[in-house]
Amino acid sequence: MCRLFAITSDEPLSPMTALEALDVMREGHDGSGVGLFLRDLGGPFEEMKDAPILSGIFTEKGLKRLDAYMMNIGFMTKYKLSIKVPKIPPPGVPKRDIYLIRAYEYPEEWDSLTEEQRYGRLVDIRLELRRMGEAEEDMIVFSFWPDVIMIKEIGDPLQIASHLKLDRKDLKARIIMAQGRQNTNYAINLYACHPFFLQGFSTMTNGENTAFIPIREYLQSRGFPGYTGYQSDSEVFTHILHYTIVKLGLGLEGYKHVITPLKDGDIATHPSSRLLQQLKQSCRRLIIDGPNCVIGSLPNHSLFMVQDRKKLRPGAVGGRPGKFAFSSEICGLDAAIPDRDKNRDFQPMHLDTVIVAPNRQEITLCRQTSPLTPLH
Amino acid sequence: MPSNIPINPATLSIKDLPWRILWDQNKCTLCGQCTAVCPVHAIELGIFRKRTVDASWGKDAKPASTMQVVYGIRQKTDPALACVGCATCTLVCPNDAIMPARSDEADKLRFHRDRGGQARNRGGRRNVPGTVLDQIKFIRISMLTDPALDAGRHEFEIRTLLGRILPPEDNLAFISQNGWIPPVREIYPLMIGGMSFGALSPNMWEGLQMGVSYLNEELSMPVRICTGEGGCPPRLLRSRFLKYVILQIASGYFGWDEIIHALPDMKEDPCAIEIKYGQGAKPGDGGLLMWYKVNKLIAAIRGVPHGVNLPSPPTHQTQYSIEESVAKMIQSMCMAWGFRVPVYPKISATSTAMAVLNNLTRNPFAGGLAIDGEDGGTGAAYNVSMNHMGHPIAANIRDAYLNLVKIGKQNELPLMAGGGIGKSGNLAANAAALIMLGASAVQIGKYIMQAAAGCVGSESDRCNICNIGQCPKGITSQDPRLYRRLDPEAVAQRVVDVFLSFDTELKKIIAPLGRSTSLPIGMSDALGINDYHVADRLKIQYVV
Repeated sequence: MCRLFAITSDEPLSPMTALEALDVMREGHDGSGVGLFLRDLGGPFEEMKDAPILSGIFTEKGLKRLDAYMMNIGFMTKYKLSIKVPKIPPPGVPKRDIYLIRAYEYPEEWDSLTEEQRYGRLVDIRLELRRMGEAEEDMIVFSFWPDVIMIKEIGDPLQIASHLKLDRKDLKARIIMAQGRQNTNYAINLYACHPFFLQGFSTMTNGENTAFIPIREYLQSRGFPGYTGYQSDSEVFTHILHYTIVKLGLGLEGYKHVITPLKDGDIATHPSSRLLQQLKQSCRRLIIDGPNCVIGSLPNHSLFMVQDRKKLRPGAVGGRPGKFAFSSEICGLDAAIPDRDKNRDFQPMHLDTVIVAPNRQEITLCRQTSPLTPLH
Repeated sequence: MPSNIPINPATLSIKDLPWRILWDQNKCTLCGQCTAVCPVHAIELGIFRKRTVDASWGKDAKPASTMQVVYGIRQKTDPALACVGCATCTLVCPNDAIMPARSDEADKLRFHRDRGGQARNRGGRRNVPGTVLDQIKFIRISMLTDPALDAGRHEFEIRTLLGRILPPEDNLAFISQNGWIPPVREIYPLMIGGMSFGALSPNMWEGLQMGVSYLNEELSMPVRICTGEGGCPPRLLRSRFLKYVILQIASGYFGWDEIIHALPDMKEDPCAIEIKYGQGAKPGDGGLLMWYKVNKLIAAIRGVPHGVNLPSPPTHQTQYSIEESVAKMIQSMCMAWGFRVPVYPKISATSTAMAVLNNLTRNPFAGGLAIDGEDGGTGAAYNVSMNHMGHPIAANIRDAYLNLVKIGKQNELPLMAGGGIGKSGNLAANAAALIMLGASAVQIGKYIMQAAAGCVGSESDRCNICNIGQCPKGITSQDPRLYRRLDPEAVAQRVVDVFLSFDTELKKIIAPLGRSTSLPIGMSDALGINDYHVADRLKIQYVV
């Protein structure tokens, strides 16, 4: 089973905070892999919030191809974080040449683009690099987005952290999501490793989505190039989030209504019953099926957790103003924020979406039966 | 056989018939019930002359013989009167003295069923047992991350949508702009397909309607039933139960005068309107109600003279092409009910179904597409149409679904599959397979006749005489002496039994797959089959 940990903090933290919290939950995961998502970065990246950062794993040959490709489309390297790895990796970790975290300067001709156009092109470039990498097996690209770094690898999370020397001054972030298991539902593939990322939206999940195939077919037929990949049944959670907020213009509270709608009887008594009934019908192919606990991060730097209404997966939230964490187990919270008021810890239930806003002052609980913000 | 018996080409012996009556003289009481009840007059009182030889052994004794008359059952061999194997004789015999048995080789009767140049007509369905749906297995059992669900105690949402569903973007925009949102019904995914008042006896129809009403009102299962092309009794049209009924219009427009005139008095809108363009059992052929079944009541409801054959034309004669027909009729029907009722066409499965489907995807008023496969049943059709015309449902529904997926409209236009579902008795498994291949709902007809009323018709050519109005169970007869055998209350109870047991079995299929919050439409990863070519064709897994 997966174990998840996410933290949002006023002060930039090392990813080790999250990995150590994962480690105390190691009885619950098999230590078969790690996925890290860092946002609202500190250190040197603090000064370049708008520069898109490419995260991935490359061979020497792949790096040369990357450089040629990026140069060709006018991207110049602005800053790079070099991760030098020992020649012999720990047992179970594949040998890699380069773990790349590189911030780029936009080409000049992009200056005239709108934000939407720019974000569309960033997705296109990431997907093109992914295709190139899959063809020659020399590049794996996790994200290409401003103020976001992603690291994924197969193996024990703490061993990987020490192998990659993640405990370093120049790698700090205010929002960190970490997951401690390589996806086992489908083939072993780093693209199947949580968290997943699309245009500023990232989620990771503990659970299984048995409605994966029809949802995948539905997303793929939306005509948006970013809805692709799907090495894991959980990747659709990220894309549904993107679809709900970007394509449908709904708020985060709408996300839960899309993936696990209320029962008809509850909809009938809901203040927004007409909207919800329509949404349940028109988004029927996006209804997930399976016990899932989804933790995610939005472009506005909110952090959230959504519980499945069907069956629960473990998920606890706690913290103090300025620092809140979501964890699969309480011991993960204890490891990361020992100085919190534990009486205020709680476990969201089947109707709940929990949100920590960008100001990190409190935890907001959205119950699915509560009124929705009116549509604009 | 005397040497001078007249023989003509159609002279058959009992051996040449598909069914032979076995009769036990020792058990028979000569009550005559079997001969009275036989729907095709295949048996009659037989008077046999029997000689007994007495070969005495005494010195002076001489062999002698005595003549005796024996009464019993004689089976007729005239092709028009051949036994159909319905076994109603067995049913009524107080001593179990009589029973039809199938001939040990292919019958010769089949070559002579065209007397007077009349090609064979019959009821029932294609005379080929089994279906590929029976071979499909559900292979994706949740074992690791999410343990399988408890079918008995978990909460399941077994509902489907009928009607045009807008894409989410349009839906939200139309809500805020107060635009027209097409009517959508949330219904149970197993529907009773179109069987007309006329094809079915009044008692059978009443029983089905009562069963459906009970399911809705007492058990909260939104089961819907289609009228078929034969109109709808006036009282039902004006009752609240109309909301459980899908009114069918077909090329004969039978009963629509009555329906249109009842419009101002309707308390409820019907569930939907089904426009029948084709039927799986006799694709490209119209409905057919033989004159024997057109009594006064049927004639009144349909708006026709009684005692005449009612052949519906194969196509809607007022229309020029299927595209035009579909567009115009859908629009007219939508308008008749003020755009409050979903309207969808039903076609027979065909290799040209995708053309119809693509046409519908561009028609914002189309509320779905029902496709009826070659194994569908009918009350009357030519034998050749039933046995040889049509397309299997599995590949057709799969193609249609994948076509919708390709253009991103898989949620917008629900597909309904019919034709041979539960043919071998595996109703829930067949229905679940079709749903996972892409159907939003399935329609049954023959199955409900078999399960709810005891129809004995089979795919090995047993009974299948629905066309002549002599149904021994009273299901498809308009003769009160026959249909009074069928108790509508008992039919209603069986309908409820069928749906409740189906519901349990469907849960027993989807629970181990980990599905409960929505109907697993298009969940093709759950399906497997041990036939490579079928797997390849249906794009499901090949498993051995």
